[in-house]
Amino acid sequence: MTEQITILLVIIPLLCAPITAIFKSHKIAWAITFFVSLCCLLISSYILLQVIDGSQVIYELGGWQPPWGIEYKIDSLNAFVALIVSVMAVVSTVFAYASVQREIDDDLYGLFYAAFQLCLLGLLGIALTGDIFNLFVFLEISSLSSYALISMGSNRKALTAAFSYLILGTIGATFFLIGVGFLYAASGSLNIFDIASRFETYEKMQLVTTSFIFIILGIGLKAAIFPLHSWLPNAYGYAPSVISIFLAATATKVSIYVLIRVLFDVYPMEYWSKLLIPQVLLTLGCVAVIYGSVRAWQQNEIRRLLAFSSVAQIGYIIIGLALLSHSGITSAIMHMFNHAVIKATLFMAAGMILYRARSTTLSDLGGFAVNMPWTFAALFIAGLSLIGVPGTAGFVSKWYLLEGAVAQQKWFVVISIALGSVFAVAYLWKIVDAMYFSAQRKIHITKVKSGDISLAVAPKSMSVALWTGAIACIYFGLFTKLPTDAAKSVATALLGS
Amino acid sequence: MGNDLVLRVVSKWLSPIIILFAFYVQFHGDYSPGGGFQAGVIFSSAILLYALTFGIDAAVKLIPEKALRLCASFGVLLYAGVGVLSMLKGGNFLNYSVLVEDPLLGQHIGIIVIELGVGITVASVMILLFFTFSRRVSPE
Repeated sequence: MTEQITILLVIIPLLCAPITAIFKSHKIAWAITFFVSLCCLLISSYILLQVIDGSQVIYELGGWQPPWGIEYKIDSLNAFVALIVSVMAVVSTVFAYASVQREIDDDLYGLFYAAFQLCLLGLLGIALTGDIFNLFVFLEISSLSSYALISMGSNRKALTAAFSYLILGTIGATFFLIGVGFLYAASGSLNIFDIASRFETYEKMQLVTTSFIFIILGIGLKAAIFPLHSWLPNAYGYAPSVISIFLAATATKVSIYVLIRVLFDVYPMEYWSKLLIPQVLLTLGCVAVIYGSVRAWQQNEIRRLLAFSSVAQIGYIIIGLALLSHSGITSAIMHMFNHAVIKATLFMAAGMILYRARSTTLSDLGGFAVNMPWTFAALFIAGLSLIGVPGTAGFVSKWYLLEGAVAQQKWFVVISIALGSVFAVAYLWKIVDAMYFSAQRKIHITKVKSGDISLAVAPKSMSVALWTGAIACIYFGLFTKLPTDAAKSVATALLGS
Repeated sequence: MGNDLVLRVVSKWLSPIIILFAFYVQFHGDYSPGGGFQAGVIFSSAILLYALTFGIDAAVKLIPEKALRLCASFGVLLYAGVGVLSMLKGGNFLNYSVLVEDPLLGQHIGIIVIELGVGITVASVMILLFFTFSRRVSPE
């Protein structure tokens, strides 16, 4: 019974997306999407409860046995990532109700929500599948739908942002596919566990190294690891706010999940440790932390600032992975979760500012906190959590990361983490300074329909979603059991095998 | 180009043959090279040829965009529906063997219906793409 429920995670969005595409009414399309994401949340939490003790759920698609058929093999890491994705889907769907009506053209509602569901399907599929070619297919489903979603942003620059993401994302996917092809040529199998179990027999082939480099580069592009991040700031900065929330919280996390799978499950650790990969990743992670934070500090537009901060936060996760120690990997997995919550909250706050003030440029928003104190309170809480103040979610993962770095005496890592946090204070202070302490100025707003009260009141649904996020930032800082247990069990599984 | 006699006659003769070939590729896909994707593209090329010779308006009259959108969704639903049906019959998702009593026959029926779904979606999406882009060049 459990096995049949797992596959529903992919089937429900697959069935509902084409139905949603037919409807033009916003209410119906939104209701279907909400139903889908709620179902996915229930199913993924059920699956996580099933596997958190270390057992696995196995599903053979079409009844074909692995390694010939496609196999879904779900352990705690898969289930954890699926849970992050579906929680974020629910939160952003709640937020979407008011914001989509404002930002998306009337005749595109159905298609927008259909694309959103397809994106959800792709991300969940990546999280579940145990077949590396199937993983590529889901990667493309999620990427193609996110190109379309980003291009629907109300700013004209959204089109160029989506186009450059399309080009770079396709290059990344192509690299990944070439890598998979080489690996298939060497091993004769596409099943991740089958490839891994027979790895010694073809380890000596040059092809395997080539395939490894191609796959890492392709995933690095999708995950926006430092020198390959150039698509991210524009894509997240100009996308419709719902999509910024959803993608910032999930898309890069899922790509990092793929990186973890490739590094720890497909290729054995002894193999790529010789190729200087940990050192390279560690250095890139440190550079990403400092570069991303500095660039975020230079921005004048809240959403671009948050997007650059994402580049820095991805750096923290990469550092955690590259430390190759138990506490390093625990921190990486936890930070995937915590950063998803924090960044979603921050982008929700930015989305609400955009809804009320129709601008997210800091110079336009002097003293705006007076008008929406609760929103800024939530933004402040999430900001503290991003910096890593004790008592918030961000602190826990940073603590594990520092612990890991100090234990290995990697002082340059410790310094970069500290520097990154200092710059995080600086760029968040920039927002606080503009909102609370600058002289208040009237915002110039055009194209408002008469009788439109949205300038004065923020919709309830948005506030609910925002405060759910803000409370989660604190909750997971005080009661750390759930993410810590999941992350520790994952770290043990990855390093033990 | 609508006035060129040779073009009009040739495309009138060619279109049915192209469509026939599309159906051959579609329904013979489980024995020979081919399948839903290729058949869909071939089918849409017949409509494209028609649109190129007789103009986009005539082609839209032939297949309204609304129908195309419905077909695009229907194809995906057909695909997923077969998978769900096999789940309801007690197998795994997309396990065609349980569709009917005889597993071999079930595999045949399953793959043909799935490929039909793929074909319908691919053909309608290809035509939709063509319509969308040709509108861009000459707004009505």
